[in-house]
Amino acid sequence: MESEFIKYFELIISASLINNFVFTRFLGLCIFFGVSKKMETAVGMSITFTAVMMISAALSWVVFNKVMDPLGITFLEIIVFIGIIAGIVQASDTIMRKVSPGLYYKLGIYLALISTNCIILAVPLVSVGEKYSFLQSLAFGLGSGLGFGLALIIMASIREKLELADVPAAFKGLPMAFVITGLIALAFTGFSGLITL
Amino acid sequence: MSSTSSINLKDQFLNGIIKENTIFKLALSLCPSIAVTNNLKNGIFMGLAVLFVQTMVNITISLMRKIIQPKVRLPIFMLVISGWVTITQMLMAAFVPDVYAKVGLYIALIVAFASILARAEMFASKNSIIPSMVDGLGMGVGFLFALTVISFFRELVGKGTLTVPTGLSTQHVFTFINTKPVLIMVLPAGGFLAVGILMALFNWIDIRYMKRGAVSH
Repeated sequence: MESEFIKYFELIISASLINNFVFTRFLGLCIFFGVSKKMETAVGMSITFTAVMMISAALSWVVFNKVMDPLGITFLEIIVFIGIIAGIVQASDTIMRKVSPGLYYKLGIYLALISTNCIILAVPLVSVGEKYSFLQSLAFGLGSGLGFGLALIIMASIREKLELADVPAAFKGLPMAFVITGLIALAFTGFSGLITL
Repeated sequence: MSSTSSINLKDQFLNGIIKENTIFKLALSLCPSIAVTNNLKNGIFMGLAVLFVQTMVNITISLMRKIIQPKVRLPIFMLVISGWVTITQMLMAAFVPDVYAKVGLYIALIVAFASILARAEMFASKNSIIPSMVDGLGMGVGFLFALTVISFFRELVGKGTLTVPTGLSTQHVFTFINTKPVLIMVLPAGGFLAVGILMALFNWIDIRYMKRGAVSH
């Protein structure tokens, strides 16, 4: 039991730090550069994101292993997963609006953005590819969400400071953001020896 | 063929390459621009895959534009895109397995490309088949161009070599720099640095020679 627990913990650490989606797999970059200008939006985005990621990881595991695999239609994974994600996003949008309008007012706009994010599609695709168990894909979803949140928050705090810096005209805006991300990614390579899976 | 329509088509084609270049100008679909560009061959094949999907999606949407109900258009667009991506994925797995092993995940993620959905929504669903095809080709070639430039730069600086595909499964590795190369450029971090520097270079050219403002985001 204890070793099981450690395994899940390792999976979360590896998904969030060692194989961080933004810095080592380069996914979700559009959203990453889009919403990391302000701390407040970065925090809101990371919360919404982690929640949706875990739900979609769980649901797509069930659909893939209980429906698609027995029917032998696993080659349709892309079409099915994108449908599941669009459905979850639409459903949580409606539920949140009815149940908690205050939360919807704060996080609603991020929900709409999430469906165009490639990480959210990559999580089910990777966990199917790695043949994770149900709990493992849940842990993988949680770790990936936390990793993305961490990346967003680091980036937002740097960019808020950057507003005051004197950046060369050609580097203003996105090019500078890219260079900074490169430097953070370099720092994240330091995590690569943290645990050996 | 009248002269006006050919000029229009040419402009539409060039629009995707220069004015609305997906990566350098719109800063969309950035993920593969960094993920697969540490090797010229992978960059070129990724670009070709996007070119193919973009063109075929534009053609399909344009053919279907009169029968798609406006209310359900987005799910239908997604369905068409994921259909073509699945086909591309299977073709690549069959014909270029060595490339597919490296870029497979990113091929699947073409589905989530904002640029492809945007062209379907803004252009192909309103125009007839030939302009839509040209538009798709232009956007795709623009993407291919960007990926080629980035991966050329990264492989040359990072490894001192260039892997040029000479056929589906053959390639030729040219060696240019025999001294120790700048290894960081082929590492993950180098991808961000390379794109940042190239974007700044395009901005600099814009400011210096075109007398226009930098792209600000």
